[in-house]
Amino acid sequence: MTQRSHLIACHECDLLQLKIVLPMGGTARCRRCGASLYRHKPGSVQRGLAYALAGLVLFIIANLFPIVGLAVQGERHDTTLYGAVQALWLQNMEAVAALVSATTMLMPALDLGIMIYVLLALHLGRTPPVLYSLLHALQSVRPWSMVEVFMLGLLVSLVKLMHFATVIPGIALWAFGGFILLLIAAAEALNPRDVWAQLGGVQ
Amino acid sequence: MTVAMITAARCGLYACRVCGLVSRPTQAMGTLTCARCSNALYMRAPDSIGRTWAFLIAACILYVPANVLPVMETGSLFGAQTDTIMSGVVYLWTSGSWPLAVVVFFASVTVPLLKMLALAFLLITVQRRSARHPHQRARLYRLVEYVGRWSMLDIYVVTILTALVQIQSLATIRAGPGAMAFGAVVVLTMFAAMAFDPRLIWDPVKEQYG
Repeated sequence: MTQRSHLIACHECDLLQLKIVLPMGGTARCRRCGASLYRHKPGSVQRGLAYALAGLVLFIIANLFPIVGLAVQGERHDTTLYGAVQALWLQNMEAVAALVSATTMLMPALDLGIMIYVLLALHLGRTPPVLYSLLHALQSVRPWSMVEVFMLGLLVSLVKLMHFATVIPGIALWAFGGFILLLIAAAEALNPRDVWAQLGGVQ
Repeated sequence: MTVAMITAARCGLYACRVCGLVSRPTQAMGTLTCARCSNALYMRAPDSIGRTWAFLIAACILYVPANVLPVMETGSLFGAQTDTIMSGVVYLWTSGSWPLAVVVFFASVTVPLLKMLALAFLLITVQRRSARHPHQRARLYRLVEYVGRWSMLDIYVVTILTALVQIQSLATIRAGPGAMAFGAVVVLTMFAAMAFDPRLIWDPVKEQYG
């Protein structure tokens, strides 16, 4: 097996190009199709770690406390994220319940957990063998973590409900909003493609 | 200025689809694996076109029940009511929240439809080995990949309404069978977009470029 770690092939059009040393904050783009190949962002590991750890705190709050409550004629009804999934499950909509819990709880949790581990390892300057599988896992998990879509869905349903009941936003709603921003910022700081480009070949 | 442009595949080099490492495998036997991340190496994603078509056709079939069957069933003192994706949009529009109606219409109706049409278009042009407008088609693929997730919107709306509106004496909301079909359409179109290898768009393009 001969490696060519000085070369990069565009992941979108397969064009073979020489890797170059990027200036601070630079992005290498494919010269044919314009896809972003890799970026060089100094301090992104530390920043990503800060965002991810703060995101973890908010994620826990967002899952423990009620997201939203409804008051109709003095009767109050709150729901947590887990409660919402449970309600679907109890109506024999197991598949939809599984889809919702995977995309709003399981996948974001994996996304965050893997990111924290990878960023900690990079911060400490270590490249344990499991890092390779984790980076691969991160690439597979990310498309399925849909918290920002969930947030929009939450807003749409609140507007629908406002017509016939009093809507009480819960603590988790704000925590969720903050978590989404932090998750996006952390994902922006940790792009698996940048890490792969930096890792170089193997002996 | 004309610059010779050459792909890794043309040089007999494999670019790992997971970690990007470019290598020339020496042994010719068995499955090739990447030296760095030990994932299987392929010049192009295996059976990309066939797999993408399979997911896409399955999504098209389920798109019918997803739009015809109710996604939400409301039971209240004033009788039962069922809502499809489209009637939910109409309800938002007539009740005065038209900006929201536009958002939901875009996410639940336009996005899935455009996504399926775009993937079919990409597959057909790749199968015809078309070399026309590769830049625009590459951009279309990026858009399809990015925008697909937003179709999950309606599933989440139904989930939250179901959980909140359980006031036994006044009204209850249940998720309808359409929600299951709609969720499947979103997941299948995402699988279809993932199965498609964008490098196929560029393979018929002449490797001279100026």
